[in-house]
Amino acid sequence: MNQSSANVAGASSSAQPLLQVSDVAVHFGGIIALDGVSFDVQQGAVLGLIGPNGAGKTTLFNCLSRLYIPNSGDIRFAGQTILSTAPHKIADIGIGRTFQNLALFGTMSVLDNVMVGGHSQSSSDFLSNALRLPWVKTEEEGLADASWELIDYLDLMDVAYTPVADLPFGTQKRVELARALASKPKLLLLDEPAGGLNHDEVEDLGSLIKQIRDDRGITVLLVEHHMSLVMAVSDHVVAIDFGRKIGEGTPSEVQQNPEVIRAYLGTSD
Amino acid sequence: MVADVNTSSAGRRAIPENPANNLAIAGIRLPVWNKILIAILLVVAVIAPFFLEDFDVFQMTYALVFAMAILGLNLLTGFNGQFSLGHSAFFGIGAYTTAMMMAHWEVAFYWTIIPAGIVCLVAGFLFGLPALRLEGLYLALATFALATAMPQILKYHAWEDLTGGVQGLDLDKPESPFPDTLSDDQYLYFIVLVVAIILFICAWNLVRGRTGRAMIAIRDNPIAAQTMGVNNAVYKSLTFGVSALYTGIAGSMSAIIIQFVAPDSFTFLLAVTFLVGLVVGGVASIPGAIFGGFFVLLIPNISEAVADMTGRTDAKGLSWAVYGLFLIITVYVMPSGAAGLVRLLVGKLARRG
Repeated sequence: MNQSSANVAGASSSAQPLLQVSDVAVHFGGIIALDGVSFDVQQGAVLGLIGPNGAGKTTLFNCLSRLYIPNSGDIRFAGQTILSTAPHKIADIGIGRTFQNLALFGTMSVLDNVMVGGHSQSSSDFLSNALRLPWVKTEEEGLADASWELIDYLDLMDVAYTPVADLPFGTQKRVELARALASKPKLLLLDEPAGGLNHDEVEDLGSLIKQIRDDRGITVLLVEHHMSLVMAVSDHVVAIDFGRKIGEGTPSEVQQNPEVIRAYLGTSD
Repeated sequence: MVADVNTSSAGRRAIPENPANNLAIAGIRLPVWNKILIAILLVVAVIAPFFLEDFDVFQMTYALVFAMAILGLNLLTGFNGQFSLGHSAFFGIGAYTTAMMMAHWEVAFYWTIIPAGIVCLVAGFLFGLPALRLEGLYLALATFALATAMPQILKYHAWEDLTGGVQGLDLDKPESPFPDTLSDDQYLYFIVLVVAIILFICAWNLVRGRTGRAMIAIRDNPIAAQTMGVNNAVYKSLTFGVSALYTGIAGSMSAIIIQFVAPDSFTFLLAVTFLVGLVVGGVASIPGAIFGGFFVLLIPNISEAVADMTGRTDAKGLSWAVYGLFLIITVYVMPSGAAGLVRLLVGKLARRG
């Protein structure tokens, strides 16, 4: 259902991008983290956002999930500005994310982590939970069912009841992905998903990202250092440095962009 | 590691069973053990008062009251990660609500329990709102202020007519409707037992559902919880309210079984007593609260008996020292509370069944 509606929207979306970042600026005191960055993410695309350390990638991500408030500019999702949306409503409108340094619920099992991911997809409250009303049980079963589907999809069946803090790093990254998918996002923000993974794991991650887009019709915005991964999975790449956009285009265009090369390799002068 | 990713939802594997459920002690699986133990506990709880002196029945009743208060604190501190050194205040508000209704308006004691809970729910929620801006030690400090202020607020002369001022309020002892089969103390015990069972079942339902997951998620990682759509502010202040409701109902029950309230019964020391019960029973453990309730009631009595054995005149001070010794030994033997010790023992005894 999610997928078909996404495809229908995708067919008519050439006019309107799913995400529009326009002229976003963020200052921390005198430090300019983002200085008027603009780009669009088309429905159904994988967009890679690259840039050296400190370029402002994570700051931009935190604006998208409303952890930071931009000093100026606008961010529009499906045509609507998100800047007036409360941070906890971002999952509701269809934006899910993972974190650069993992932000899991350490004491909870994999299953419970994924079920918290489905929080925005459910509605029972204190009273109905305390009394365990009949519809609460139905809702819990539905939520558990959706969570198991994702646990299977990300090959986490064998560790489903293990507290996530006891799992190896690579596995925890997959738990974060499953948790983000549990909110049934239209747009998935991945903050350096390849960080800390070995060569084989990075390759698997690449095919997984494409698969998430293809199977579920989810648009992906990928922040990544790992250049070969970005170039392999992205349809479109945006490069930023010192808070400004320095290049944009297909992966091969961006790779040949002299500004991007200079940002990554430095200049002789 | 991600080798199996091309399994789509069509080729889905069966949901595995929780391996913990397959562990067994003496050939009986753990979930069955749980049921057996709960059944034994319930039977003991129902039969015991008929074999005990009235004073011992009163002690059991009071231990259950402590257990309810500790459970309330556990919802807040254990499950939601918010510190409170001020739960004596909510216990006091609950007790005074009941006492004032009974003493001034002659309301039957059982009609005062729910109002006492609701008053504390509102008080806790309102206190929880500004507390949203405080974390960890700072929240502990703010709640400490609440605990130290409460006895003075209750003594304040402007509402002395209502609260009884320094003297407090005396209440009539509820009488057993079946004097031939149940003594008054037994009657009150069963009332408290029923209320406690309801509160424990509700707490269990709460923490295993969507609300409980959100509470724990906020404790473990507030930013991630918010990103998943949890409204942290609402959950934290409502948890504060629900926690106060539990402790307030416990306070209400304490007024009913002691038939007396006075401001100095609700000092900071009482709040610390709850915290001791919480830690000794087990942080974020629901059955642990029962153990904690009995511990904080019985160990001071035992300490006093031990101190009395020395025959010294300054035995009162000595009993606190003995209490301290008991606490140190307990924390040393069970660093993660009674619940942690049980988990450890089960882990050692259990085999795959």
